[in-house]
Amino acid sequence: MSLLDYFNTQPKSATLAKERLQIIVAHQRRERGSSMGDFLPALQQDLIEVVRKYVEINDEHIKIRVEQADNYEVLEVNIALPESNIK
Amino acid sequence: MANQNSDSKIIVVTSGKGGVGKTTTSAAFATALALRGHPTVVIDFDVGLRNLDLIMGCERRVVFDLVQVINGECTLNQALIKDRRVDNLYILPASQTRDKDALTLKGVARVLEALKKRFQYIICDSPAGIEHGAIMAMYFADEALIITNPEVSSVRDSDRILGMLSSKTRRAVQNLKPIKEHLLLTRYLDKRVDRGDMLSAKDVQEILAIKLLGVIPESVSVLQASNAGTPITLEKESDAGDAYHDAVARFLGEEPPKRGKKGLFARLFGN
Repeated sequence: MSLLDYFNTQPKSATLAKERLQIIVAHQRRERGSSMGDFLPALQQDLIEVVRKYVEINDEHIKIRVEQADNYEVLEVNIALPESNIK
Repeated sequence: MANQNSDSKIIVVTSGKGGVGKTTTSAAFATALALRGHPTVVIDFDVGLRNLDLIMGCERRVVFDLVQVINGECTLNQALIKDRRVDNLYILPASQTRDKDALTLKGVARVLEALKKRFQYIICDSPAGIEHGAIMAMYFADEALIITNPEVSSVRDSDRILGMLSSKTRRAVQNLKPIKEHLLLTRYLDKRVDRGDMLSAKDVQEILAIKLLGVIPESVSVLQASNAGTPITLEKESDAGDAYHDAVARFLGEEPPKRGKKGLFARLFGN
């Protein structure tokens, strides 16, 4: 760090750019690869808990699946509500 | 022009974002490789928006194009334009009237196979974007030059392209050795980097985490060379041209010559 930097308290715009890009790139890289599959069980568990706050459902009432299309992936969440047991 | 088939390398010049210097780089790289005696062809994959012919200064000699070769409307030899300044250098122009959908994997594969028999280096100048045309240009590549400007949108797009190189190409699909990726920073302004207003080469290299091949300074000589239809690596007194020659030397596994104070790459990486 030079003396000049020391007196400069404002972050330089290039520093901001780097920080923002590091977040974006990390996010983009998480999305690709097969990382989608890795968090699906946890996501399913969380969703079940959220829905259970309002509706009585079993584990098998929530189905999650990822579909690969050409350029994108589709996350499909299917929640089957049992009849007439809304809290 | 006999050449050993196994030695041939297909290099895609790609970026995602437009206007970062893909065509300038394709022309500069191909010319520099041919100047070193390597039989080289540079192909314009930007079907519908051809420009490589202009940058190479052969726009008035275009008769046939890549799409016509693919469709069997002419032979490969009829479409190849031999450079008048540099031995071993040929250009395969893009069509101006068709669109990118005219390119098929099968057709491109056939053309590349034929070119491999004659050329050691096949440079594929990719169109901007991440659609069909860009995929056609990168699909069969062995190595990739990722052209990036030290600027947020270009860096993000380069990362998208890296994702495609590792998933949508022949080497990815067939589970072969991955495409060798090289980062080439262009339009670099030393002074702005020093002031903290521009991402440094080191910053970009850290963000994208691929090997840095070279840093090309922003230079009026690039504009002047394009005005004249001269690849920048044919210009004698150009800092950008020198930087391209250094990048090509590194690409070939050589140590580029020391350029004293001017060596941007050396200054940045302290060697």
